[in-house]
Amino acid sequence: MRDKLWIVVAGAVVGLLAVVLVANGNPANMGFCIACFVRDIAGGLGLHRAGVVQYLRPEIMGLVLGAFVVSLITGDFKATAGSSPVLRFILGMLMMSGALIFLGCPLRMLLRLAGGDWNALAALPGYVLGVWAGTLFLKKGFTLGRSQAQPALNGYAAPFLALFLLALLVTVPAFIFFSAEGPGSMYAPLIVALGAGLLVGILAQRTRLCTMGAIRDLILFKDYHLFLGFAAIFVVALIGNLITGMFNPGFAGMPVAHTDGLWNFLGMTVVGLAAVLAGGCPLRQLILSGEGQGDALLTVFGMIAGAAFMHNFGLAASPAGVAPTGQWTTVIALALLIIIGTGVITARKTKPSQPGAGLQA
Amino acid sequence: MSRVVDCRGLACPEPVLLARQALQEAGGGSVMVLVSSSVARDNVTRAARQMGWTSAVEEDGVGFRLKLERIN
Repeated sequence: MRDKLWIVVAGAVVGLLAVVLVANGNPANMGFCIACFVRDIAGGLGLHRAGVVQYLRPEIMGLVLGAFVVSLITGDFKATAGSSPVLRFILGMLMMSGALIFLGCPLRMLLRLAGGDWNALAALPGYVLGVWAGTLFLKKGFTLGRSQAQPALNGYAAPFLALFLLALLVTVPAFIFFSAEGPGSMYAPLIVALGAGLLVGILAQRTRLCTMGAIRDLILFKDYHLFLGFAAIFVVALIGNLITGMFNPGFAGMPVAHTDGLWNFLGMTVVGLAAVLAGGCPLRQLILSGEGQGDALLTVFGMIAGAAFMHNFGLAASPAGVAPTGQWTTVIALALLIIIGTGVITARKTKPSQPGAGLQA
Repeated sequence: MSRVVDCRGLACPEPVLLARQALQEAGGGSVMVLVSSSVARDNVTRAARQMGWTSAVEEDGVGFRLKLERIN
């Protein structure tokens, strides 16, 4: 029962801090958005030049460092890697491509709903569909294979990178890009944002909060454990928005959102399916990186690369909607995910000795 | 002879899927599940409990040995 309480506490804290971060300067309905923040970091480093979404979001660094420190203390920290690193990089890219069609990761989908942005109502069933499709692959034996222990330095890479980004944020060298207008120019003070990230990083590491696992475990095992956290995020953010007057229901003119229902739906289908195949939502990937999992860090790198591609090639959605090139990207991403899912299963069937087959007499 | 399910290095939910499959096939008796992370340890023992199996956890340096038992 105690772990049930903790997962609700973790979700509630995420929902509460999301409201606090918006009240302190973050873009509306974007107290937390892992995809958006990773995209902003890619922009801040100049990996893409979309001038309105460039900032080194300290929430991300806080999440990684919080998970790192607490996993060191509890003994969960383990430097591992080697479970299909290349596929994970690609899955990270695809996951980001879907998020930048909808304009948000699953966490922001919940926060947009909690802010009254009904466009996210189209995204939610799309997300569930994506996760459900992913569970079909899992049931057929989809696996990215086993990870192995690695030299400890591999595990320190993610927290080191987080510290490096924080140093860039504080010193602001000339080669860093910060938006002068648009969502990238809206942010909570460093201490608030970093503190929120650290706290959520600690709680998410302890409770294994995951917006994909919430839906996946319901479908796969009828296990509602993680779903409690998922629901708590929404409920607390909704109450917080109602109290602070930040609940503005409607479809049109929503902050950092568009009204194209079909592509909101399909964008999140891509995210849901990619997240199942990669074993975690964008938030979970950051937390696992902090715990020393090199495979999760590669997924995060894939997300950064995906964000750069999406903006450099003009594929990402904007409040104006989804360009035809962005629509094609979504279709291609779905096709690639199905190819990866079926490809892995087919390869396993033809080569049963592959590690991960699992059962031994 | 008890059955051994090696889930070391696998990420959740795969250890849970493999363990559940093994428990269902065994029906009762004793099944050993090897995992390498505390996440897998907790998830597998929770799944086993839900299926009416008892679990005993042993740390073996690199991971955990989960001894799952159910009397028929």
